[in-house]
Amino acid sequence: MRYTAQIIAGASALAIILGSTFFPTVTFAGGELPSKKACKSPSDAVVKGSCLVTDRKKGNCAACHQFKGLEKTRLQAGNIAPPLVAMKQRFPDKAKLRKQIYDSTSVNKRSAMPPFGRHEILSDKEIDNIVEFLYTL
Amino acid sequence: MKKIILALTAFSLISGLTAIAQASPQSDLKEFRSYFKKKFPSIKFDEYRNGMYALPVAADRRAEWEAIMEFPPYELSLDLGKKFWDKNKLATCFKNGGRGIAHKYPRWDKKKNEVRTLIADINACLVKKGKKPIKNLKKGKMAQVEAYVRSMARGKRIKPDIDFSNKKALAVYEKGKQFYWARRGQLNFSCASCHVGNAGKRVGGNILSAGLGHTAGFPVYRSKWGGLGTLHRRYGGCNKQVRAKPLKAQSEAYTALEVYETYMSTGIPLAAPSQRF
Repeated sequence: MRYTAQIIAGASALAIILGSTFFPTVTFAGGELPSKKACKSPSDAVVKGSCLVTDRKKGNCAACHQFKGLEKTRLQAGNIAPPLVAMKQRFPDKAKLRKQIYDSTSVNKRSAMPPFGRHEILSDKEIDNIVEFLYTL
Repeated sequence: MKKIILALTAFSLISGLTAIAQASPQSDLKEFRSYFKKKFPSIKFDEYRNGMYALPVAADRRAEWEAIMEFPPYELSLDLGKKFWDKNKLATCFKNGGRGIAHKYPRWDKKKNEVRTLIADINACLVKKGKKPIKNLKKGKMAQVEAYVRSMARGKRIKPDIDFSNKKALAVYEKGKQFYWARRGQLNFSCASCHVGNAGKRVGGNILSAGLGHTAGFPVYRSKWGGLGTLHRRYGGCNKQVRAKPLKAQSEAYTALEVYETYMSTGIPLAAPSQRF
C-alpha cells in the first residue's frame, strides 16, 4: 500500500510538473473544484480525485458530505455524514482513509456509507486519486 | 459436562425463543413509533401522514406544498379514476361499495389464505366482471382508480386487516420487515438506512422522509413523474436509486414490504392521494 502511495505521490509530482509544462491553463489550488473542462484531461491525481468526488456516478461525495469548493459549484451538499475538513490531520495514516472509502462497514458495521471499493463503485486507482484530493482539504 | 452443555443449550434455546417472541409485530410497532417520537419530539403523530412535509427541516417547503394542495395536480386523475370505477361498477366487489374501506388494506384473505392489496382486489374485481385486468400497476389507470378508492377513506386511521396470529400472515410480515432492514444494491442502503436512521437529513438537496406514515399519501402525484404513481412504483424508484434491481409492482416482495410499512404506519390518518416533489 505504502509502496503504491509512493508511486502515486511520485507520479502525481511528475504529473504536476508535466501538467504545468504542457497544460498551463489547468491549475489546482487546495480545496478548489476543477471545471468540467479540466476534468476532460485531468493533469494529476489531485485533479482526478476532485473530478471523481463531484461526479454523481462515481464518488458523489457531496450527496452526504460538505466540503470546501462546493460553494462555487451548483451542487448542494447533504448533511448525512461529517464534513470533509482537515483530512490530513484526521487521517494521518493514508491507508486508514483509504480503508474508510473502500469499505467503511469494515471500520463501523453500522456505517451507511457505500462500500466504494468492495462494491466496485470506484476502482482502486480512483480511490487513490480521491485520497490525494481529500488530503488537500 | 454433558449436563452442563444440555442445560446451556436449553437455556439459550429458551432465551432465543423469548427473543423471537418479543419481536412481535405489535412490539415492533411500539418501538418504531417511539423511535420517531424521540427523534422528532415536536411532530404530532397525525402529521406524519404528510410525509417529508411533516418534518421541521422541510418548513420552508411546506408553504409551497400547501399552496399546491389547494388546487391539487391530481384532481383530473381522481375524476378519471371515479369514472372508471363507476363505468365498471367496481363498487359491487367491495364492502360498503368501497367507501371508507381503503385504510384496512392490505388485508388478509382467509379463504385465499393470502395478503390482498387494494390494487390486487381492483384487478380481481375487473376479472370477475369479465373485463381485462389493468396491466400497468405503477401508473395510469390503476393509480387513478386506487387514488379514488383511497380518497373515499381519507382521514381514516390506517389499520391493516391482518391477523398476525396466522402463521402465514406473520411470515409475510417478517419478509417485509427483512426487506425493509436489509441492505441492498451497489450503494448498500436499506430502506431503514435512509428513512429511519437518517430521516430528516439531506441527500444533496433532497430531504429524507420519515418511515412513519410512508404509505398514507399513496398514490401520489409527483412533479418528477408528472403524474400519479403507486407505492410500488416508488419502491422501484428507490431500489434503482440504491442501484439495486427494481422488482415488479405487486410482486411478492413489494407486497410484503407494503404489509410491513403499512403496519408500521398503523394509526396514521390516510391522506391519499397526495402530492410530492
